[in-house]
Amino acid sequence: MPLNTTTAPPFLTVLVRGLLAGLIAGLLAGTFAYVAGEPHVEAAIAIEEAASHAEPASGGHQHDEALVTRSGQRGGLFLATGLFGAAMGGLLATAYVLLARRRRTDDDGRSGLLLAGAALLGAVIVPFLKYPANPPAVGDPATIDQRTVTYLLMVVLGLVAVWAGSLGYRSVGAQAPLWQRVAAAVGGFLLVTVVSYVVLPSFQEVPTDFPATLLWNFRLASLGTQVVLWTGIGLLFAALMHHDRRRRAAAALPST
Amino acid sequence: MSSSTSSQPLVNPAGTTRLLWTVLATVVALTLLAYLVAFDQGAVSRSGMYLHELMHDGRHLLGVPCH
Repeated sequence: MPLNTTTAPPFLTVLVRGLLAGLIAGLLAGTFAYVAGEPHVEAAIAIEEAASHAEPASGGHQHDEALVTRSGQRGGLFLATGLFGAAMGGLLATAYVLLARRRRTDDDGRSGLLLAGAALLGAVIVPFLKYPANPPAVGDPATIDQRTVTYLLMVVLGLVAVWAGSLGYRSVGAQAPLWQRVAAAVGGFLLVTVVSYVVLPSFQEVPTDFPATLLWNFRLASLGTQVVLWTGIGLLFAALMHHDRRRRAAAALPST
Repeated sequence: MSSSTSSQPLVNPAGTTRLLWTVLATVVALTLLAYLVAFDQGAVSRSGMYLHELMHDGRHLLGVPCH
């Protein structure tokens, strides 16, 4: 693959950097989740098991089968966040390549960071505010299919909301004051977000006796995990692309 | 990306077609990987519930709906 015949790096070059950035960011997010989230998962599982011991007839929870030990699941956390991070980093790199022609900036790092920020807002924060993360012991297994579908729909709609925001920003001419462009962006974003929140169903499945502080702490840790993941992907991808551009620029010098 | 064939001077149309297939295959593969972590219950991984259970904590802390 020629390295210096075109100004844009080859797709595979970008993809490998996205995968690498995602894997590292995923392991960082796993470390954050391990430290900040695991104690709350443990506490929630203790509540879940206490409840299932109280009414043995209603068993059937996954944890009772012990296919994987608790320490195995704590280790599997890193596998999950690492693989998920690599997948997200790869998708970010793909979006970066596909949107390359629409970019208004020639700065690789800037567009990488903007994309990661857009993903964090659209695919994490907007869905989270409608369907916040739940610890074990919260959630009715009977509605899992419906909750999964609406969650995925909310992720898509969150990304559409961000896209609507960028459309709004661009629809106001570049000669207009910045506040007008930002106001149009906020308007487009809010329009899609609010309609989605109103139209999609809500699920109130937190048991009335579930500790409120535990729920809050778990959700904060979960949101933090995703923030670490996407901040890491954005920064690492931007750094790797910056490094790659400098390397290619050096290779293109007459000295070769 | 409907504008991909017109908005930029292309060096090599055959290479562009190959690139589009590469991009498509990549998106499918990465979506499958994310699905494996976030939603699979053995149908894709063919490991029964083992991988699902192994990544249980990760799923909860990544905020994906889970039982």
